[in-house]
Amino acid sequence: MTTAPTSGQNGAGPELPAGFEDTIRRGRRIEPRDWMPDAYRSTLVRQIAQHAHSEIIGMQPEGNWITRAPSLRRKAVLIAKVQDEAGHGMYLYSAAETLGADRADLTGMLISGRQKYSSIFNYPTLSYADVGVIGWLVDGAAICNQVPLCRSSYGPYARAMVRICKEESFHQRQGYELLMTMMRGSAAQRAMVQDATDRFWWPSLMMFGPPDDQSPHTAQSMAWGVKRHTNDDLRQRFVDMTVPQAEKLGVTLPDPLLRWNEARGHYDFGPVDWAEFKAVVSGNGPCNTQRMAHRKRAHDDGAWVREAAAAHAAKARRPA
Amino acid sequence: MGGTGDAGRPPEPVRSDWPLYEVFLRGKRGLNHVHVGSLHAADPQMALHHARDLYTRRNEGVSIWVVAARDITASSPDEKDPFFDPSGDKVYRHPTFYDIPDDVPHM
Repeated sequence: MTTAPTSGQNGAGPELPAGFEDTIRRGRRIEPRDWMPDAYRSTLVRQIAQHAHSEIIGMQPEGNWITRAPSLRRKAVLIAKVQDEAGHGMYLYSAAETLGADRADLTGMLISGRQKYSSIFNYPTLSYADVGVIGWLVDGAAICNQVPLCRSSYGPYARAMVRICKEESFHQRQGYELLMTMMRGSAAQRAMVQDATDRFWWPSLMMFGPPDDQSPHTAQSMAWGVKRHTNDDLRQRFVDMTVPQAEKLGVTLPDPLLRWNEARGHYDFGPVDWAEFKAVVSGNGPCNTQRMAHRKRAHDDGAWVREAAAAHAAKARRPA
Repeated sequence: MGGTGDAGRPPEPVRSDWPLYEVFLRGKRGLNHVHVGSLHAADPQMALHHARDLYTRRNEGVSIWVVAARDITASSPDEKDPFFDPSGDKVYRHPTFYDIPDDVPHM
């Protein structure tokens, strides 16, 4: 429920922080009106808002292909998927609001660039194979990231993640099926799948965030139970899951250093280009400007609808 | 979808006119409505439509309630709240409080 949160440090007796710590230690959930440290609240707002923004911006790369889907079946699937992304954004904004954030403020902070979204959506979608590869790799990486968040210590976020993870499974499977279909097609179609894989592999690995030794907040976030595994652990898990899928599909992952390491029981892989990651995160990716301009345009173009609906509601409330 | 207004501009009056609604779903006949989340809408009818689009894309519900969040009165969330004390010491309300021999049938 989205009722007014109790404030953080102000007026907190010693029993409140102790109660919070105890709830976390016992693996129980923090709920909206519980006392919580201000830093826990602000960390979660930032995390959930960034996640929500990613879902909303994430509609664009694939939405780009709806009018050019190769069949009605693919078009219906793609529309359903993009609708889901909108829905995921809404679930998450709803969760952020339980922490006292205002949805309109969050949208404002996205549009003015003060809050970020996942760097992956700043890459262009150049062919229909990209729709398949995004489902397979990007949504696959998202699932890896998100499944542990179903156990987030913050109740509303955990519950939103349960719902989202159920729906993401469809996203990944439709993508892989699309790619299998293309791989059974012509040489040109197989080349499209390989090209899309080449372009999205490394950005997908970047989705897990910077390496652990450059991720200063990880320790605190793990202690609070708002993060369950480190970035590098999740990245390794994703690589291990994906390599056999690539083999089955018949594509080559673009990493000459990728090989099974018997001693570790994991795949070794080459170094990620963190300079590229930093450039994209700080606004210099191929599509940052386009994505933000589109989001702002959609918001501005929708203003009259929001105003008309509010005017209609006000009129209906007035006695005749 | 909810509200308008850039953080860079002064808030528009429209914004406060899209209140927050809490959404409750009955998953299927025979179950209670359960809280699933919230959304913003201009009026209750729009809240219902948005709730359908947002929370029942895969047949998750056969009935929806929407309630303006401001109309909800809630107890304090604290587990040790004295509000719940009256039931704390009444173990005799539970069937296990009563010792009945094992060989008494249908008890």
